[in-house]
Amino acid sequence: MATYPQNFRFGEFVGSLIWLIFWILIIVTLVGLPLLFIILFYVPLPPIGDEVLTPYLFLTMIVDPSRTIPIIEHLMTTDLFRVALFPGFTYAALIAAVTIFVERKFLAKMQLRIGPLYAGKIEGILQLVADGLKLISKEIIVPSGADKVLFWAAPIMFVSTAAAVVALIPVAPGWVVADIDVGLLAVFAILGFFPLIALLFSWASNSKYPFIGGMRALHQMIAFEIPFILSALSVVILSGTLNLTGIVDAQLQSYWFIFFVPISAFVFYISSLAELERIPFDLPEAESEIVAGWLTETSGMIYGLIQLGSYVKTYVLAALFVVLFLGGWAGPMVFPPEVHAPIIDISPIYDPVAANATLWFTLKTFGMILLMLLPRGISPRIRIDILLHTGWYKLIVLTFINMFIALALIYGGILGPGGLLVR
Amino acid sequence: MTSVEDKFEESKKLGLQIVKESEEDRLMTLSVGPQHPGSGHFRFTIKVDGDYIVYCDPDPGYVHRGEEKMCEYRNVIQNIPHLERPVIHDSSNITYSYSLAVEELVGIEVPRRGQFIRAIASELNRQVYTLYWLAIYGIFLGHSTMFMWPMGDRELFIDLLEALTGARVTHAYNIPGGVRNDMPDGFKDRCMRQVRYFEKRLKEYEDIFYNNPLFRQRTEGVAVLSKEDAIKLGVTGSVVRASGIPYDIRKAEPYDIYNEIDFKVQYMKTGDCFARSYVPFLDMKESCHIIEQLLDKMPQSGEVRAKLQPNPKGPPGEAYRRVESGRGALGYYIVSDGTPKPYRVKISVGSFRNMLALPYLLVGQKLADMPAVYWSLNYWPVEADR
Repeated sequence: MATYPQNFRFGEFVGSLIWLIFWILIIVTLVGLPLLFIILFYVPLPPIGDEVLTPYLFLTMIVDPSRTIPIIEHLMTTDLFRVALFPGFTYAALIAAVTIFVERKFLAKMQLRIGPLYAGKIEGILQLVADGLKLISKEIIVPSGADKVLFWAAPIMFVSTAAAVVALIPVAPGWVVADIDVGLLAVFAILGFFPLIALLFSWASNSKYPFIGGMRALHQMIAFEIPFILSALSVVILSGTLNLTGIVDAQLQSYWFIFFVPISAFVFYISSLAELERIPFDLPEAESEIVAGWLTETSGMIYGLIQLGSYVKTYVLAALFVVLFLGGWAGPMVFPPEVHAPIIDISPIYDPVAANATLWFTLKTFGMILLMLLPRGISPRIRIDILLHTGWYKLIVLTFINMFIALALIYGGILGPGGLLVR
Repeated sequence: MTSVEDKFEESKKLGLQIVKESEEDRLMTLSVGPQHPGSGHFRFTIKVDGDYIVYCDPDPGYVHRGEEKMCEYRNVIQNIPHLERPVIHDSSNITYSYSLAVEELVGIEVPRRGQFIRAIASELNRQVYTLYWLAIYGIFLGHSTMFMWPMGDRELFIDLLEALTGARVTHAYNIPGGVRNDMPDGFKDRCMRQVRYFEKRLKEYEDIFYNNPLFRQRTEGVAVLSKEDAIKLGVTGSVVRASGIPYDIRKAEPYDIYNEIDFKVQYMKTGDCFARSYVPFLDMKESCHIIEQLLDKMPQSGEVRAKLQPNPKGPPGEAYRRVESGRGALGYYIVSDGTPKPYRVKISVGSFRNMLALPYLLVGQKLADMPAVYWSLNYWPVEADR
């Protein structure tokens, strides 16, 4: 049963709604639209077809669907679109958002629970929005004696570092923000910032538990950085390039590298779990020993930002696994070569190759993310000495074994230029 | 053979127990609790040297309620509802030994059917407590599935107890003279069915938790409590049984109908964290057999409760009776001066005895092992504080 305030009057409620609508209309017409025209007047707009885009034309085009397509087509060629929307941050953040929801439902099913249920009516689909609003509305508490500059800067650094790696991941042929020749090296260079940020934040918190957590994060990430890089090295040996698009192309010409170097893929998977601080490697956030580890003093949106960053990081590492071992966007063609939409003609922006590549890449990445979420349901936390032992002794040896296999494949003439298995 | 003193001397030599003032700076003092997620209503201060714990000082008393003093202002029947507060998950067992002691003082004979129902209630409650304990142990080691599964399966027994007693956790069911009321119809079949289902679930627990290599790595050989030390420290319950001493009050001094029941005392010889976490699990298995036997052997009809005077009182005297609770021996020492109200009540709980082993076991362990060692001691802070 709904509950109403005691002095609730329906007439007053309707009156307040009408009053609200009235003020919105007044503000939009008297302030909003003139402001928009002034801004659009000073913003240089591109010529579309044979007409020069004016603010007036821009607004009419927004309303007319058939004329919106050229604008979108133009937008898709700009750098801003790539950085902000498709292969860039929005795409990654969307996948991260879906990951959070899927993780909660997936884990709940594994543990004989229901998971989020109420927010958004359908299976709690708006739970993330509710959580986000809650985090935004909460007070951010800065501990006394904290280094304020670092305390505020570290979460932002965390998110932006995670987003910086997104820029290097190719999603479809040609769809990458920064297609550089040392892509893989750049990815590892940027990932190397994370332990530093964790340590900075834990130091800035001026508290004991964050400090222990930060030291653990540092130990863990340094121990797993080396097998992480070495496992990717065998892929570099096989493909002969550090460019991520080049690595995918090499797999398109032969077969997926996971068939040649499965141990490397396994080591990469384990190391990325450690890099992500996920169970069983969530020692830096072990709540039963050190409260919440290096996140103990986080509150409100600072916590929200770090969580967003870590889920974007999850996407990045899953995508990297797909690029390195699972053939990137390789997959059978499922889109028709041409489409005829009934009202709006979307053929100018329709690219079946890119759409197909994106579909397969997203599917594979999501499968990898699910595989990364799985240990959370079945595994306890590992202890730090076992973890360091695993990282320094076992995984490094395993990667070397696979590196020799990769070298043998190259020198045996099976892979590489003119190899047996190269199509 | 290492005694407690020897170990402290040895750890001093190893540089673990550092008390020199010049070296105090190197140590970091961590206060675990009472607001720490890994402590409960309990605090212990530890000092760490790097990752090693070199000093531990337990500080119980945050939930002291004066149960013993409260007993002196109420008559023996009025005492039942507040006496089960210290361990609401094991409330049948904590009132069981109280009832036994009062019966001895007042001189009541419990009807045979009442004794059986009492034992059934206390065994069901042992399952509830142990499942709760296991859930916390799972989440302490970061195994969230092991938190959810026992918490879910706990509902099986809570539902049974609700059908039996009318309350989900605080039953006030075992009272002096027998049990409060008889079993509902069809309880026997329902209980049998759910216990059999639970026995299947226990196998799954073993697969996902106890046979997990990471869990084994974390607990095997950690914080070993030798047989001699266990006797010296006076630990009880699953902790003493994990150290290789098959000591169970149900066998050692059988009360009510436990001498007619055929069961084994489950124990392990290693005395490490794994043994301490596995013995309660074995107890749960054994408890399932006990419940099945009790249901089979129970007389089909009869009184469940002896008639009592409104203010039951006996001759002046004293009585000490104990039972095996989820955490070990739980005893009541009651002194009566001939009035309806007890003159003095002393509760001897297993939790407090097991807590005494904590500083001994924690010194020399890694910080990451702290929750595993702490919770393996089968310690319930509220019960220890009383």
